[in-house]
Formats: sequence, C-alpha cells, structure tokens
Amino acid sequence: MDHFPTNWGRPRNDMFDAYGTYPIHQRPDNRPKDTFADSVQRTQQPIVTGTSVLAIKFKDGIMMAADNLASYGSLARFKDVQRLHPVGRYTVIGAGGDMSDFQHIQHILEEVQIAESTQQDGHELGPVEIHEYMSQVMYARRSKLDPLWNSLLIGGFKDGKRFLSYVDLLGTTYSASTLATGFGAYIAQPLLRKAVEGHEDDLTAEQAQNILEYCMRVLFYRDARSLDKYQIATITAEGVNISGSLKLQTSWDFAENIRGYGAQTQ
Amino acid sequence: MSLFNPYTQNGGTILAIVGADFSVVAGDTRQSEGYNIQTRFAPKVFRLTDRALLAVNSFAADGNMFVKKVKQRLEWYRHAHAKDMPLRSIARLLQTMLYSGRFFPYYVYNILGGIEEDGSGAVYSFDPVGSFERETCRAAGPAQSLLQPFPDNQIYFRNQQPAPGTPHPTHLPLKVVLALVIDSFTSATERHIEVGDALQIYIVLAKGRSLQGLEGAKGLEELTISEDGERIFLVQQDLKKD
Repeated sequence: MDHFPTNWGRPRNDMFDAYGTYPIHQRPDNRPKDTFADSVQRTQQPIVTGTSVLAIKFKDGIMMAADNLASYGSLARFKDVQRLHPVGRYTVIGAGGDMSDFQHIQHILEEVQIAESTQQDGHELGPVEIHEYMSQVMYARRSKLDPLWNSLLIGGFKDGKRFLSYVDLLGTTYSASTLATGFGAYIAQPLLRKAVEGHEDDLTAEQAQNILEYCMRVLFYRDARSLDKYQIATITAEGVNISGSLKLQTSWDFAENIRGYGAQTQ
Repeated sequence: MSLFNPYTQNGGTILAIVGADFSVVAGDTRQSEGYNIQTRFAPKVFRLTDRALLAVNSFAADGNMFVKKVKQRLEWYRHAHAKDMPLRSIARLLQTMLYSGRFFPYYVYNILGGIEEDGSGAVYSFDPVGSFERETCRAAGPAQSLLQPFPDNQIYFRNQQPAPGTPHPTHLPLKVVLALVIDSFTSATERHIEVGDALQIYIVLAKGRSLQGLEGAKGLEELTISEDGERIFLVQQDLKKD
C-alpha cells in the first residue's frame, strides 16, 4: 500500500517494498531507460560570452553592473546585449559566460515564475528562492557533465532584507557584500571590498554608483574582452530598476608618450 | 578544448577533537578558488541534530549538497522512528551515502562529531568514498599536514614521556582542547594562504555536564534548543585576513 499520492497512477515496481511498510527516502523511478544515453556527447566550451558582472550591497539595497558586450572569442560581436535580467519584482540576475546558456536560464526562470503563479497563493519568488532554484539547476547540470556555462550573480531586496549571492557552472555558491565574476574578481573585487566592507549600511546610492562606475572603467582599461557601454541595476524597497546604457569616459592620452614596448625609450 | 572538470577545490580547513563528555568541531570560514578569495564567510560546520555536528571540506558545491541530503535522510529517520538518529548510525549512514557516489564521488572530506548514545564524545572521519574510523582527533583540508601533528603530540602524547608516576590523561578538559584548537588555526593561518578570515568552533556537551570554564570564552553563543538534553555552543573568533 503506497501512502504517497504522487506515486499513485505512475509506473511502480512492487519488488521493492511491495506493501509500503514504512517511509523511505527514495521515490521509485520506473521511467523507461534510454539505451543510447551513454553515447551522447556532452562536454562543451562557451562560444558567445559575456565578461565580468559586479555587485555590491549598499544602504537601501543591491546594485549590480555589467557591460553590453557579447564576445565571439576575440571578436566583439554583439554590443547591445543586456546581461542584467529582472526576475519578478524583487530580483536581478547578472550573467557572465555563455550567452546562449543565459538565454536558456532566462527562459526557465520565466517558466518557473508562471508555474508558481498558477498556485494563486499570493507567494512571489524572491531572490532567496531564485538563488536556491538556480543553485540546484546549475549543480544538477554539472552532475550530468552538461553544465550551463555561466557565472551568475543574484541580487535582490524583499521583506526589508538585502540578498546577494553567486552561483556558477559547478554549482559553487557563496555570498558576500561585494561580488565580482570573471576578470572582475581579480581587478574590481579588491576595489569593491576596500570601498564597501564595513560600510554596507552607510553607503548611499550615489556612492554605490560611483564605485561601480570606477570599477567598470578600470575593467575597460584592463580587460581585453570588455566594452565601455554598460548598465547598472538597482534593487531596493521600491523594486527593480535597470538603467539604460551608460557610456564610460576614458582617457587614452598616455598613449602619445609611449615609445616602443617596454624599456625602449626611442 | 579541454574536458569539463566537474570539481574544484575551495580551500579551508576543519578540525575535530573529542573529550570525555564533549566534542569540539571547528572550521575556518574562508572559501577560495586558486588565489581568489570567494568569500570571507562561508560556514563549513553544520548542526545535524541536537548532538551531532558535521564538518565538510574540499569541493564546496558537493559539500553543501551532501549536507543537505544528509539532513533530509535524518528527517526521514525522525518521521519513521520518532527519535533522532544516534551518532554511530549517522556515521554508518554517511558511509553508505558516500559510497553510493563511488564512481562519481562527492569530493568531500567529512568529519562527524558529537555525543554518542552512551554520553561519550565521539569523532568519526571519512574519505570521499565512505571509508571511516572513530578517532580522538582529526584535521582535514589543505592545512591538514600543518594541523594534525600538533594534536598528535598534545592529545595522543606521541613522542612524549609522562612524568614518572603520573600517566598521560586519557582525555583533556574542555578549556585545554579549546586553546589547542584556536592555536592550531592561528598557526595554520600564518602559513597557509587558504586558511583565515574567521574561525567557528562548535562544542557539544553531554547531558548534565558543567560548562567546565567555557563561560569566559571570547565570542561564545549558546545554540541549545532542547531543555534537558545535550547543549551546543558556538565560539566564533576572527582569524587574520591576509
């Protein structure tokens, strides 16, 4: 006698606990097996890619930044790509890595929001739920050796609380008041930590925007796969706001004084 | 194009030491990948029940998922048997769970610590595929080779002769063990780049035992839920951040 309604009407194997005598942790899996599953090739490489995503906690919420570039190897192929994506009213997800996998992620997030809304229970998915869902999806895909080749930052503000976390193609997760993916982890993270750590509750929106803009500029100078056009997402009690594209002011005057490739002076 | 590697190393170090009526399970909170610090605060020691603690180390994604699955199995047990799983049974459960991943392992070095059904402190250490052993003290992680020799000498009294007439004690008091743990981690922090930021020391005390001088510890917080059972404490202190 199987006590669990979700097993009724589905294929079952009575050889295994025929009378449902006590609760066991494993649900029966009697779906037909694919005999050719082993011959499927799975491991990938990322093709069209986005670079760093940065995010910080500030006084009123979370701010996230990412440029508008999707590269095709060394070719700056698509220069108007939005790598910051709103999810519901409380969350923004920013992605580096393979852009087609990110488009798939946007699709499955839309599907899960629709499925949840059909419950009509008044519950909305917040950043905590989105992060938990994405962590499970990313880990499950890596465990099939078929990863979604992305580094994701998930930031949001719900029920008076700020949320900021990371999840990547391996299912690795972590949380801090400043996060940066890709090149940003090397170049921007030290700058973000210096500016934000200890001041998360005092930093104003203007200060937060300034530090992100500064880091995006340094990244444009130093990251060969970056662009000087970017967006900033702000999530506060007022909701999600993703800015239009901002242009970085840069100065390349120093180039005029350069002679040769290093120690050469003439 | 190189093959996708489903594993990575996230650094950090864990240590567990047993007393006559207590268990101490400690871990630093730094999570790193190569030369990058991913975060300064990612706990590696988890409460499974009122009397069991599990510390996980190596690949954090596997570690966190493994802890989640262990907690789920413990909840199934609680509903089926109307009691918490005893510590030695949890140890055996960890073995079977780990071995079920024998051909795509959870890349996790586990240390299980807590109070046995007979009230004694116990520590069990595991390899990634479930080989396990009950011990008095065990260190695991990148700084294992820096940490383990110290309790080998100070807990097992290896290479040390006792004063004539007084044999070595079989168990050490809580205050001494706590000091050993803190000194072990500050030393590992000095010399290992992946260890640092903060230290979490969980302590489980058997039923009815006194605090044995624990009150004065810096950064102490009590986490006990049940009124008449074992008591759990957390001592959290900073470690150097460089």
